[in-house]
Amino acid sequence: MAVRSRFRRIPAVGQLEPGTYVVYVGFLLIFAAFAILLRGEGFLSASNLLNIVQETTPVTIMAIGMVFVLSAGEIDLSIGSVVAIAALVAALVMRAHSWALGVAAGLGAGRVVGLINGALVAYARLPSFLVTLATMGLLAGVARWMTNLQSVPVIDATFTGLFGSGSLFGIPSLVIWTALAIFLGHYVYRETPFGARVLATGDNPHAARAAGIKVDRLRLTVLILGSTCAAVAGLLYLGRIQGARYTLGETDLLTVIAAAVVGGTRLDGGTGTVPGALVGSLLMGMLNNGLILMGLAVSEQMIVRGFIILVAIVLTLREPRRSS
Amino acid sequence: MNTAPALSLHNIQKSFGGIVAVEDLSLELGRGEIVALVGDNGAGKSTIVKIIAGVHQPNSGEIRLGGELVHFIDPSQSQAKGVQVVFQDLALAESQPVYMNLFLGREKTKGWFGKLDRAGMIAETEELMRGLNVRVPSVKSTIRKLSGGQRQAIAIARATHWATNLVLMDEPTAALGITETSKVEEIITGLKARNLAILIVSHSLDQVFRLSDHICVLRRGKQIGVRQTTQTDKNEIVSMITGLKETA
Repeated sequence: MAVRSRFRRIPAVGQLEPGTYVVYVGFLLIFAAFAILLRGEGFLSASNLLNIVQETTPVTIMAIGMVFVLSAGEIDLSIGSVVAIAALVAALVMRAHSWALGVAAGLGAGRVVGLINGALVAYARLPSFLVTLATMGLLAGVARWMTNLQSVPVIDATFTGLFGSGSLFGIPSLVIWTALAIFLGHYVYRETPFGARVLATGDNPHAARAAGIKVDRLRLTVLILGSTCAAVAGLLYLGRIQGARYTLGETDLLTVIAAAVVGGTRLDGGTGTVPGALVGSLLMGMLNNGLILMGLAVSEQMIVRGFIILVAIVLTLREPRRSS
Repeated sequence: MNTAPALSLHNIQKSFGGIVAVEDLSLELGRGEIVALVGDNGAGKSTIVKIIAGVHQPNSGEIRLGGELVHFIDPSQSQAKGVQVVFQDLALAESQPVYMNLFLGREKTKGWFGKLDRAGMIAETEELMRGLNVRVPSVKSTIRKLSGGQRQAIAIARATHWATNLVLMDEPTAALGITETSKVEEIITGLKARNLAILIVSHSLDQVFRLSDHICVLRRGKQIGVRQTTQTDKNEIVSMITGLKETA
């Protein structure tokens, strides 16, 4: 209690719900633990730390989209499939056309999926959990069917530079993507009427509607946003791996949700933060990286990672019960 | 200055399927006046509030705001005409701060990029709270941290802030304790000075006699009568509500 009231006096920290700064403390603790345990393995080397940021860029960007979707009281389970679809569409278009057209096509594919999800949720009034569960499976099938399980290589150097291995003034492009996405996402979420309305809608849709907010259109917009973020993630995978395959993004969904939730975004809407999602995402990436450097077997990595996520979620979501 | 009543209802009739919810209601409300709508459960009070707010549309009859004939298809249209409702469930977003709830859907922005003007909204909210004598720990605290009375005061403050004609209140103190009720009643009385017309639905006759200028009694959708509060007493109103007396 004494600790919490001292935090309250620092406005920046005091304004946060208790759950939202747990992730920062947890991140520092795990970082410190790895730094000590893995000092011989090069965990702290600049190239390894940079590698963590670059590896997590797609997840970070999807987690930002997920913050908006969750805050509005919805969920999008189809993002993993959108990653593969967007990457495949972009790669196929790039075989015959310019990289820019490929990027536009990939993003367009993401938008279309978001539009379908959003229309079913907002206007057919179906729960987003079920709608996106269905489209997740459907799109996974489409991704396999599109190229008959074959991967599609991409060799355009401009594209792979922009979306993968390139750099600007010595800063790797993926780091720039992360920074850009966080800045934009945070601004829209915290500093615009749209962000405030997303939060209010997730908090109490009835109140939002009574205040004149077009709740249905907002739900549609948010699901398109989430899907488009997943398409961007697909392009980033495509740029880094220099090829598209139906397996891209397959295992990202739970990592993305964990990153957002551990970062202080509530699953039932109304509360969240974008910087928290970044830290949550980096935490997940750091865990992956550290556990591999420790030389743990894949099965052991999964157990430790699951355990740490569980602890993080317990700490994040443990809060005083709602009074009413 | 417009001398027409802030709100006048003329022969309002509303039925849902075969059930008549309101039959032939006529009522006038002047600015700076509080009219109480009383009646037993199912008398049609909430239906009338919803008709005026634009949630329901009457089957027949006229609604005039400041003399102007209006037909509201949905609540956003009544809001545009300066009508605000304090709902029974308050319609507040609990995890959001007080000032954000006040400006929900009408956020103040500044600059080219539509940046939220938090400082401006906070200052305006604080001023409004001072003006209405509403005490909250901070307008930056979330609704969840506030008491029932404080929440009710905020819902009323919000309605007052955006209403230019009429505030409708559906059971504004139903969930409150004694001290909180008297605090909220103080705020409602203060609204008269703001030259707003107030229509209040209440089950508490004591409250109705403390607050209102006129009392309109309904029974099973029928308008039993309108009385000037100072010219009547509880016995008469109770007998009108229960049907022991049936004169208009």
